[in-house]
Amino acid sequence: MDFNDTPQEAEFRAKCRRWLENNAERTSNLDTSGQQNRYGDKYLDQARAWQKKKFNAGWAMLHWPEAYGGLGASAIERIIWQQEESQFAVPRGIYEIGLGMAGPVMMQYATEEQKARYLPPMAAGEEIWCQLFSEPSAGSDVAGLRSRAERDGDHWIINGQKVWTSGAHFCDYGIIVVRHDANVDKHAGMTFFFIDMKSPGIDVRPIKQITGGASFNEVYFNDVRVPDSQRLGAVGDGWRVAITTLMNERLAVGDANGVDVEEALSWAREQDNHGKSLLDNGAVRQQIAQWYCQASGLRNTKLRTMSALSKGETPGPEASITKIVSANKLQALGNFGIDSLDMAGMLVTDNSEIHGFHNAWLGAAGLRIAGGTDEILRNIIAERVLGLPQDARADKGVAFKNIPSGA
Amino acid sequence: MNLDFSDDQKFLQGEARKFLEKEECLRRARHVLEQKDGCDNELWKKIVDMGWTGINIPEQYDGLGLSHLELCVVAEQLGRCLAPVPFASSVYLFTEALVKHADEQVKQDLLPKLVTGDCVGTLAVTEQLHAPNADNISVTVSEDKITGRKIAVPDADIATHCVVVCKGNNGIELHLVDLSQNCEITAVDTIDDSRGHFSINFTNAHSQRLGEVGEGWNLLQQLLNQAAVLISFEQIGGAQAALDMANAYAQQRYAFGRAIGSYQGIKHKLADMYIKLTLAKSNSYYAAWALSTDSSELPLAAATARVSATEAFNFCAQENIQTHGGNGYTWEYDCHLFYRRAKLLSVTIGSLANWQEKLVKELENLHCDHVS
Repeated sequence: MDFNDTPQEAEFRAKCRRWLENNAERTSNLDTSGQQNRYGDKYLDQARAWQKKKFNAGWAMLHWPEAYGGLGASAIERIIWQQEESQFAVPRGIYEIGLGMAGPVMMQYATEEQKARYLPPMAAGEEIWCQLFSEPSAGSDVAGLRSRAERDGDHWIINGQKVWTSGAHFCDYGIIVVRHDANVDKHAGMTFFFIDMKSPGIDVRPIKQITGGASFNEVYFNDVRVPDSQRLGAVGDGWRVAITTLMNERLAVGDANGVDVEEALSWAREQDNHGKSLLDNGAVRQQIAQWYCQASGLRNTKLRTMSALSKGETPGPEASITKIVSANKLQALGNFGIDSLDMAGMLVTDNSEIHGFHNAWLGAAGLRIAGGTDEILRNIIAERVLGLPQDARADKGVAFKNIPSGA
Repeated sequence: MNLDFSDDQKFLQGEARKFLEKEECLRRARHVLEQKDGCDNELWKKIVDMGWTGINIPEQYDGLGLSHLELCVVAEQLGRCLAPVPFASSVYLFTEALVKHADEQVKQDLLPKLVTGDCVGTLAVTEQLHAPNADNISVTVSEDKITGRKIAVPDADIATHCVVVCKGNNGIELHLVDLSQNCEITAVDTIDDSRGHFSINFTNAHSQRLGEVGEGWNLLQQLLNQAAVLISFEQIGGAQAALDMANAYAQQRYAFGRAIGSYQGIKHKLADMYIKLTLAKSNSYYAAWALSTDSSELPLAAATARVSATEAFNFCAQENIQTHGGNGYTWEYDCHLFYRRAKLLSVTIGSLANWQEKLVKELENLHCDHVS
């Protein structure tokens, strides 16, 4: 056991770091003023410029083939790049979904011509992509979606509503799964497309979140015409294509970022608790021990996954625990910070530490849902990792239109 | 980056598992529990013959001179099948105490015998029905003679020697005692009789100090930190076995016309078992690295592994019973063997609360260093 890079990995890491030192800042000069609500124009410009810079040097999608602007890098090299880039203050949050979800699906299902047309500008950040799966009545049960596509010659006409679409208001393209046939089984009646988000009939409206911010949107489709050439996979294959994408999302969502054990510990140390430090309180110490075990367990789980990749092996299923553990820990930390102030805990203040606990408390409530709820993730662990049988279902072997919907 | 065991270590792990399965280890554990035999002598002899008692003994004393990583993979397999043998007492605690703190003559005398099984050792700490600490140890040592009573000493009947935590004129000391003289050994009942425990009355028993005067309590903590890593591997082995058992039952038991494993109530329970086990396993791997490299991170890594593994095994063992419903509460099913062992291991080298406190103290020290 050791924590060293192999000689090749070390060389690659040095190369990443050299380039980053020359091209990025360690401390932030980013304009984040717009982030509470929508990314501001200035932030978007900074994000575009950074993506372009990376693309020109091959780093943007380094694991892609060179033909589409990548470096043909291995999985471990990609992780090394991410580790190095994370130490610099660069714009984040704009491209992750497009590159993480639309990218792989286009790579797998688009024609050669389409890949040559769309993948390089996607990687270069010139065209931003979003993902349109969830609907008002189809959340965890995404396959219950109701947006319709009707064939019209060599086009399809899409009507319906999507929801929780990050970045839809600034995106150029989107991947979408819709129902083309409600008379067949639920999973057999879906088809997958990529669409131009500037098409006539698309209406994007922000969703105000419990944080007061609005990073997501509702997207309405009113007779939106999509060429059949933009279909990904066969007619009726939409669910299979969507599953590929969802697996990528679960990898992309990963850790819930925010306050952690270290912040809780230094905060508790400074708080007065009946004349003593709050850190002397047994209940607080016990919680800190528990959070540390979780944080450290996730860190070491990641190291195990990396070890497998470094040896060229397929990692085990252990990374499937990451989001469920980190989002719940974040929520507990947020609660702790607020509770620690007792009667004063209700106040919103300028204090940046308290702010961190508030963000954790509000944000974690969403992170426990985004990219697979705690409950769905437990089902996935139970069914795919432990091999337990599927739940009894009321939607199998029934035409979609006859499935009970509660509506 | 390599937080994984080597191919050789994995091979050893596989061989250990095959051997213990062939020996029907779990059935033997039940037998010891029911007969109150203390330990399975036949299985212990076979384990000695496999060479496992010499894994952490240097070659110059006839041992295998391997690293602690080899010991970790064996520990995981012993934990998985609840092996009813004095391995933890003799190998993780006693042997380590000698290797680290005994003088050359003692090493030459006893280490080869630990390899051959002619010597078996244990550690005696507890004295009363409360948590032992540096201020309440009352077994005394005077002119290398020990007097007083220890309770809850594992494996004292099969053991030939014991390291005794005792009070000298200048504080706590660790003393090596030959159990064949001036020691009265009596079996005690515990929550897990598949592992024998005993009280020992020492009456002027001859002893020899290990380590420096007044350093005893610190040396004990170091020994416990090392043992915590190895026992955490026994715990994750046991937790994995309990999860596997619950999983198999959930697929085979039907209720309301379908396998109970198809209900989310059971699925989510088993997923939570998997989550706790995975966190514990990853922390134990890190602690194995810290132990094998004698890292300064060992106290924190050991406490982290210990706390996570204790929580994982306790949870998996208790929820395994729950998954089995009424069957899980019967003597006949093996669920209670895991439930008992999980609880035994969760107190055997100190409670969860105790290790959580050690963990936070280490974090505070780290944080202070960081700030200053």
